Amino acid sequence: MTDSKAVRIIVKKRLNPLKLVYGIINYGGLAALVIWGSSGIEYLGLMQSARGTLEALFRGFTHPDMSYLLNMSRDGLPFAIVETVAIAIAGTFASALLSIPVALLASQNIVGDKVSKLGKFIVTAVRTFPELILALIFISIVGPGAPAGILAIGIHSVGMLAKLFSEAIESMDMGVKEALDSCGATPMEVLFRAMLPEVSPEFISYTLYRFEINVRAAATLGLVGAGGIGAPLIFAIRSRVWPRVGIIMIAMIAVVTLIDIISGKLRKRLV
Amino acid sequence: MKADNERIVVPRPRHFKRDAIILGVTALIVGSAWFAGFDLGRIIMNFSKGGRLLGRMFLRPDWGYAPRIVDPLIETIRMSIVGTVWGAALALPVAVFAANNFIRNPWIAQPLRVILNITRSVPAMVMASVFVAVFGIGPFSGVLALIIFTFGLISKLTFESIEAIDYGQVEALLAVGANKPSILRYAIMPQILPQFLSYTLYGLEINVRAAAVLGYVGAGGIGQIFEQNLAWRNFDRVGLIIIISFFVVLAIDLVSSAIRKRLV
Repeated sequence: MTDSKAVRIIVKKRLNPLKLVYGIINYGGLAALVIWGSSGIEYLGLMQSARGTLEALFRGFTHPDMSYLLNMSRDGLPFAIVETVAIAIAGTFASALLSIPVALLASQNIVGDKVSKLGKFIVTAVRTFPELILALIFISIVGPGAPAGILAIGIHSVGMLAKLFSEAIESMDMGVKEALDSCGATPMEVLFRAMLPEVSPEFISYTLYRFEINVRAAATLGLVGAGGIGAPLIFAIRSRVWPRVGIIMIAMIAVVTLIDIISGKLRKRLV
Repeated sequence: MKADNERIVVPRPRHFKRDAIILGVTALIVGSAWFAGFDLGRIIMNFSKGGRLLGRMFLRPDWGYAPRIVDPLIETIRMSIVGTVWGAALALPVAVFAANNFIRNPWIAQPLRVILNITRSVPAMVMASVFVAVFGIGPFSGVLALIIFTFGLISKLTFESIEAIDYGQVEALLAVGANKPSILRYAIMPQILPQFLSYTLYGLEINVRAAAVLGYVGAGGIGQIFEQNLAWRNFDRVGLIIIISFFVVLAIDLVSSAIRKRLV
């Protein structure tokens, strides 16, 4: 019999040369990428000049400009916030409407393989086009202001919403559609009586999710002049009025968080 | 006597609540469009002007300008890589502490979550414009904004993954008496690492797009020359910048999403 001491079982790892080579390529490549990336950016010499501004910025956050928050006119913060949310709502709704036909064109079980591939590529292309650039293009078309922001959000969001919508359509239960087809329903009847009711909870949930993203986007678009809270923010930053920057950022964080919470609760009840 | 082929009328069920919701949402949407001054007629009227502008941008882009945008383009890619890698590196440990099934201490998890929520509710562009005012014009401000934004995004996605892990492996390790670091190393990490890498690539895709426009507020990258040319109304150059950055972003997207499909 062996002695009572527990014998450690040692499992030796066998070195797999192929795995080692893979590891070196992966980690070495990543490291090289990071070093290459970092080398082009200057870091030093920034901190000294930044210190005073940073202190002023913190003072701005701790002593926000309350009179701006209570200013109920068109130049006040409440107006800018409502405008931002309005841009997000209108833009999201427009993109949801646009996304339904685009999603149908990108769904393999509706239009077949070839058309859906083309539709999917168009959706990817739309997603790649930055919102801000769209906003700038629309500003030069319809002039600065909220409508340009609505158009930019409405078109850019199709890139994500149509993709999610078409995934919902592709994974839906085709039984209802077949049942209606066999009763001799017209394609429009099939669309409105079978397909849209089937996928609408998912559609609404995705639209709400995109709305959360679009509130942030609407806040950003003002930086280039497309309406909303971004415009007073960039003015305050450029003229270094830190108490005003503070109150705008605080209000922005509060509104975005509130909308996230409400929308998240609604989405949980939907799906 | 009743006719045999009389139609059977099924009374429609009443949906007061549903109708009220639909009415409310419609009012909200119409009200928003009205408040924002959305006027479809005026937009359609302006379309010929828009068409001319788009023609100047995309029909005859200034190809001779292409060599001048190579450097800013490389700077953009560098910024997004550095921002993603540092953001993700910071996110992994924080996600472990923010998940409520590993440390199980609400005094650590909750404050972390509040911080993560704040970092995610400030758009990267807004952060970048504040950093430009503080640290000056240049890619450093942009990278800082990208790091913070990526950190918030990846931390949230990762701690949600940690909370959704399969508990069988944790229980198996607990049964043989493993301590917390071992559970982290042998049960949690192997399960979330593929997802974490996938989130990191997703962050890279977002950051490449963000970095391309951050320059508009002076935070480095291709957006800076974009803004200059737009200000000088060199629309043929603006068109070229848009076309080239579009294809670069598309290429990075396709490569990244192909890798992501293999990961998860």
